[in-house]
Amino acid sequence: MAFTETATRPGPVDRLRDALPKLVLSPTVAIVAIFVYGFIVFTFYLSFTNSRILPQFGWVGWQNYENLFRIRAWDTAVTNLIIFGSLYIIICCALGLLLAILLDQRIRAEGFIRTIYLYPMALSFIVTGVAWKWFLDPGIGLEAVVRGWGWESFTFGWIKDREMAIYTIVIAAVWQTSGFVMAMFLAGLRGIDSEMMKAAQIDGASTFALYRRIVIPQLRPAFMSAFVVLAHMAIKSYDLVIALTGGGPGTATELPATFMYSYTFTRNQMGIGAASAVIMLMTIAAIIVPYLWSELREKR
Amino acid sequence: MSTAPSVETGATAAPAVENRSRLFQFSPARIVLYAILAIFCIYYLLPLYVMVVNSLKPLSEITAGGMMALPQQWTLAPWGSAWSTAQVGVEATGLRPYFINSILMVVPAVAISTLLGALNGYVLTKWAFRGSTILFGLLLFGCFIPFQMVLIPMARMLGLMGLAGSVPGLVFVHLVYGIGFSTLYFRNYYAAFPTELVRAAQIDGAGFFTIFWRILLPSSGPIAVVCIIWQFTNIWNDFLFGASFSDFDSQPMTVALNNLVQSSTGVKEYNVHFAGAIMAALPTLLVYIVAGRFFVRGLMAGSVKG
Repeated sequence: MAFTETATRPGPVDRLRDALPKLVLSPTVAIVAIFVYGFIVFTFYLSFTNSRILPQFGWVGWQNYENLFRIRAWDTAVTNLIIFGSLYIIICCALGLLLAILLDQRIRAEGFIRTIYLYPMALSFIVTGVAWKWFLDPGIGLEAVVRGWGWESFTFGWIKDREMAIYTIVIAAVWQTSGFVMAMFLAGLRGIDSEMMKAAQIDGASTFALYRRIVIPQLRPAFMSAFVVLAHMAIKSYDLVIALTGGGPGTATELPATFMYSYTFTRNQMGIGAASAVIMLMTIAAIIVPYLWSELREKR
Repeated sequence: MSTAPSVETGATAAPAVENRSRLFQFSPARIVLYAILAIFCIYYLLPLYVMVVNSLKPLSEITAGGMMALPQQWTLAPWGSAWSTAQVGVEATGLRPYFINSILMVVPAVAISTLLGALNGYVLTKWAFRGSTILFGLLLFGCFIPFQMVLIPMARMLGLMGLAGSVPGLVFVHLVYGIGFSTLYFRNYYAAFPTELVRAAQIDGAGFFTIFWRILLPSSGPIAVVCIIWQFTNIWNDFLFGASFSDFDSQPMTVALNNLVQSSTGVKEYNVHFAGAIMAALPTLLVYIVAGRFFVRGLMAGSVKG
């Protein structure tokens, strides 16, 4: 506002006008300060207290964390997250990359096909969960249908199988997000210098070599973004598990997010629930903070 | 989906398009290419197909192993049941009241978070001050935290504010955690807006809000659409907050759908479940079909340009 000022002392109106931008921003700052960072501190604190059904403030040190790592269900949840998370990220990236490369071959009706690949992203995980829950149900879904077609011995009961149920979560989650990863890679492919590709082609590079040596290495930023997005979605996965398996059979498909919810709100172990939430936050922060840091620094 | 390859053959059959057919060559490799793409189309459409056909047939046809078949006897009864008479939780109200809850929740939350995001983006780009990038970073990080971290204090806070278990409470929660993304969109968009225009208007004596209202807002159409669609989709599809902070009569659609499907009493009416799932999916799906371009832009802006 320095332009409009003259030599006279700024009056209250001018001062208000100068403060206006910050004033406009202040509700957001207050909201974020309280509801994001204040709450993080609060939950962090709770994880060191003896809170059960309600928040309490008796300090118990690291006890909740020690207990947490002794609970079998937490162990299952973490193991499941590792299985689910790595398969989810790897399959989504592989499928996304494959589809992006295929779609980048001057395909007729590309827009239409893209629309089909990407629509699951618009759905709620609950809807996805319901659809796949019944489709994978051996009683009425795929197994029953294939048997009805005459293949009497066909079995596909993963969703009811303690060992295999976690893979049904991978199936449904990949279905939902792989189109999105495809879109990210496709955007990356479109940004690659076509002169370079032409030059390589003239030099006699095969299509395979072209992609392996020139195209895919240039997609590194897209891989980074996809990894960050998928990893953070995997850690936060909650809705899909609830709708698809409810964490079952037994505790076979528990993830940290469902563990936190049930320990906090149905088993009245709020201290332990808070400790598990803190671990989730730390894991996500380890992935997101370096990413945001580099993105924001670049832009300046 | 399977029309793509036939369009292909049509083009190559005509000799007049020699030149173009070099681009879209009709070779075995391209047939395989289109076949693979078509198979993936089927893969992505299959669950939608299952939902639609099974919502239109009597339960007996599903339990007899006919999930993949078209209905022998078409019926809209499952839709009627899911909408107005199905047992959701304790009451046989159908999903209608919860659909309305979701609308009452989404509209104000989207409107307010978008408006605040626009103002924030304006301040952060055109009135940047020392530390505004750090502030933005802190704001962004808030988008990515696992919300498990805020469930406990938020439940208490809503109680203190007298909003526990109510639709306004849900509006508030979504507003709070939606601001980060809406600010991100507008900030990145306004960063590309010529600052000279703003400075020129300032010299002409235009104030803070006049500049926003008369200069930035009129050109914010595309990003506003992106932001509204993103917020709408996210808030409509939310489950965690709905499940944590709503009562029986303030549940959003996703929570009610889950209750409908998971309810352990009585016969499992799969056809009703599918009809309910489509109802829950329809608003966001319609938005995607009508304005998919903007939806994708929002997705990309939320990830690639974190």
